[in-house]
Amino acid sequence: MSEVIARAETGDVPDVRIERGERAVFCGLTSIIWLHRRIQDAFFLVVGSRTCAHLLQSAAGVMIFAEPRFATAILGERDLAGMADCHEELDRVVAELLARRPDIRRLFLVGSCPSEVIKLDLANAAARLQGVHDNRLRISAFSGSGIETTFTQGEDQCLASMVPDLPELAAGSQRLMVVGTLADIVEEQFRRHFAQLGIVDVDFFPAARADDLPPVGPGTRLLLAQPFVSDTVSALCKRGAKVIPSLYPLGVQGTLAWFQAAAAEWGKSADSVSEALAIPVARAQKALSRVRENLKDKTLHFLPDSQLEIPLARFLRDECGMSLLEVATPYLDQALMTPELVQLGSGVELVEGSDLDSALARVRASRPDLTVCGMGIANPLEAEGLRTKWSIELIFTPVQGFDQVADLAGLFARPLARERQLEIGSWS
Amino acid sequence: MELTLWTYEGPPHVGAIRVAASMRDVHLVLHAPQGDTYADLLFTMIEREGRRPPVTWTTFQARDLGGSTAEMVIETLQGVCERYQPKVLLVAESCTGELLQDQPGALAKGAGLSAPVIPIEMAAYTRKENWGASETLYQLVRGLLNGKARAAGEDGEAASADRRPSVNLIGPTKLGFRCRDDVTEVCRLLERMGVSVNVVAPLGATPHDLLRIPEADANVNLAPEVADLTCDWLRRQFKQPTIQTVPLGWGATRDFIVEVASVLNLDIDPDSIGESRLPWYSRSVDSTYLTGKRVFVFADGTHAIAAARMARDEMGFEVVGLGTYSRERARDVRALAAEYGLEALITDDYLAVERAVTELQPELVLGTQMERHIAKRLGIPCAVISTPAHVQDYPARYSPQMGFEGCNVIFDTWVHPLIMGLEEHLLTMFRDDFEFNDTAVPSHLGGEGAGAQQHDNVEEITTVADGAVAWAVSAEKELRKIPFFVRGKARRNTENFALEHGLSVIDVETLYEAKAHYSR
Repeated sequence: MSEVIARAETGDVPDVRIERGERAVFCGLTSIIWLHRRIQDAFFLVVGSRTCAHLLQSAAGVMIFAEPRFATAILGERDLAGMADCHEELDRVVAELLARRPDIRRLFLVGSCPSEVIKLDLANAAARLQGVHDNRLRISAFSGSGIETTFTQGEDQCLASMVPDLPELAAGSQRLMVVGTLADIVEEQFRRHFAQLGIVDVDFFPAARADDLPPVGPGTRLLLAQPFVSDTVSALCKRGAKVIPSLYPLGVQGTLAWFQAAAAEWGKSADSVSEALAIPVARAQKALSRVRENLKDKTLHFLPDSQLEIPLARFLRDECGMSLLEVATPYLDQALMTPELVQLGSGVELVEGSDLDSALARVRASRPDLTVCGMGIANPLEAEGLRTKWSIELIFTPVQGFDQVADLAGLFARPLARERQLEIGSWS
Repeated sequence: MELTLWTYEGPPHVGAIRVAASMRDVHLVLHAPQGDTYADLLFTMIEREGRRPPVTWTTFQARDLGGSTAEMVIETLQGVCERYQPKVLLVAESCTGELLQDQPGALAKGAGLSAPVIPIEMAAYTRKENWGASETLYQLVRGLLNGKARAAGEDGEAASADRRPSVNLIGPTKLGFRCRDDVTEVCRLLERMGVSVNVVAPLGATPHDLLRIPEADANVNLAPEVADLTCDWLRRQFKQPTIQTVPLGWGATRDFIVEVASVLNLDIDPDSIGESRLPWYSRSVDSTYLTGKRVFVFADGTHAIAAARMARDEMGFEVVGLGTYSRERARDVRALAAEYGLEALITDDYLAVERAVTELQPELVLGTQMERHIAKRLGIPCAVISTPAHVQDYPARYSPQMGFEGCNVIFDTWVHPLIMGLEEHLLTMFRDDFEFNDTAVPSHLGGEGAGAQQHDNVEEITTVADGAVAWAVSAEKELRKIPFFVRGKARRNTENFALEHGLSVIDVETLYEAKAHYSR
């Protein structure tokens, strides 16, 4: 299908080829799977169809044994035909839900493809419901629909919907806000590192508790933990915050650069950061060196999926010695990706968007040692004798920071190690 | 608008994919937004399929909604015909596609495609997965066979002397419960009866195979949820009788043999066809301990009905709850439940099922993946007997549910999570033993029974239960001597007994009074 070449403005970042066609990615609703684990007293109510409910449970699989903190209000024929007032119905469902779950401190109404096509105004509904349940909890709305969002973009929409609720940062003070979901263990590590650097005014957004809303204002400096938070960053910048451009905290190099970029805002030199963080850096490098042997000189193809492709490609090439055949990403936010693109440099085959069958044809032609792809495609490629890493695991597993560097590399090394170990005939 | 935490069935287009993915040379084009492609992983991850389901999605996004979505449908259809050259092209919409009213079926018919097109209306906002599979199979069979009605008078006479009688197996699909092995087992059973299997559909069939369906003498309806509509149409169109008995269980397998023989005019003694170890295993002394075990059954209609009969008549359990999420089978399940003195639970609300299990406190749950979650939380043993199922229910080994081998598999599957007689006896003997203490994880739960791992909290027991009844320290000590796997029930029964009798303190006497009161 249509194909455009977007020339890079400078010579030192890769050209981008744009592809249009069939996409094999999750929609933004999938973000709920990790967001509800992160924000421990939030509930996500999708207003959608049976497909939405089925997607969530298929993607979540058996990971959730407790009563999940997400649900779907399934639109029926009566809702669509206008026989039932959708807003009245929603009020009823929300009341039912809140009666069941008194522990919930924030409710997100999550828009879906059907709710958007019928133009159900969930922001309005959230405001109305906030009036009804004002003393109990906060209610806001965001879209996780597949027509508006791709996979991890659901988190961006969720966070952006919370920005208006953030308190104002006192004038004259400077605080750091780390934006994007991190595992609790990574947050703890990062807090310790920031303390080692003498930066104590740090907030993480989103926090583990819905009521822990970080303040924002002109003194806020944004440090991005995830590359898919474009709209959240725009909303925060409108409230005066400023972005600290940096690599993402993936790999030793990325994590060190990330802390150095933050520390520079607090007047600390890159060298002083390297010195303060020498121990975790050395530990990470040592752990990585063992895994690296499995990855060195192996070829790698990224199919577009999680939006982490570019920073991961940078890490796997620069720190693990892998060779990049193609790096495809569902969409490219140049502004948030510039430091990564500069680091990646020209000469990398970079694709934005997807035309699934032609992408698979390229994979079959080049037969990479490892293909990073969505879950639906992994086994069919394995059956063709190609090793894969399904990318949703990269979102669910703690991979950021020094002490996770070897784990991150291990996710890619394991399929290759397995191939070497098994003596059960040809893989394909 | 309906509040849903977990769903038993996916949307109808997932049923359409199940039929397409079961077949060869068929391709399905779905008009659906980006994100709906998650359905691929049901097949490639849960069932470990080595090929992508033969489905191509238009994956429209917001920017396409201004009017180009219809063009996307046509471009996609043309691309699919070129790339895959299907013998039949199915065209359908997901829920969001349906709202756009692009009518991809009509577009496909008018697009001059190289493959014959069968459009399928999915009714995404009223119907569900099994209905979608049923409708797709029906439209496919009807679309291919409609012009091929048998001439009047040619009424499917019983097999002539020089020809083996034959049947079709209708209904098994990908993502069905043990369909792969059930087909093998039923084929073996029929082979021993001297009956040929003409076509299995949709599992493994090509459109060309479907054209041969009328050649058989009868249709075996192996999955009524999926095949009722098709079997009924074949019966009317080609005067092919339908064999209705699903051979799930020892009795049902023998009934199946009798029905096949009767429909095909064969003189066959069921004893000569095969045997199962289930009757002997069930009679052997160790199984005495299974007597009256209280089981809760919840599944698709077919498996629920079969499991209830097996549970009561072949295992000697007491069925204390019976239900289904298949509304299409509600009448059958209600009728059977009434026969068992129960009121059927017909619902697709997971929470309603959970409430029922919590209230009934069965000793074994026979259910789906959802009931496995429920039972795990409540610390009750569970076996999965029906879809929806997870990856472990698509095992590598041969493990049919149907036929005589199916009986063997089911006996093991149901008994495994229970503590068997000899083991139970030992546990009672050694209940205060240093190894058999409360902190040891019960082996039968494989270390995953969270409920069983929750140790009694002495503080909790000695404080007031339900705000009305307190446990004396002596009674509480006695309670701890009761084996852990029945202690929860003993506690609840005793408290209920005390409440009913207006007692405010439970002592050792109360405990035994209650035991006597509730003993069967």
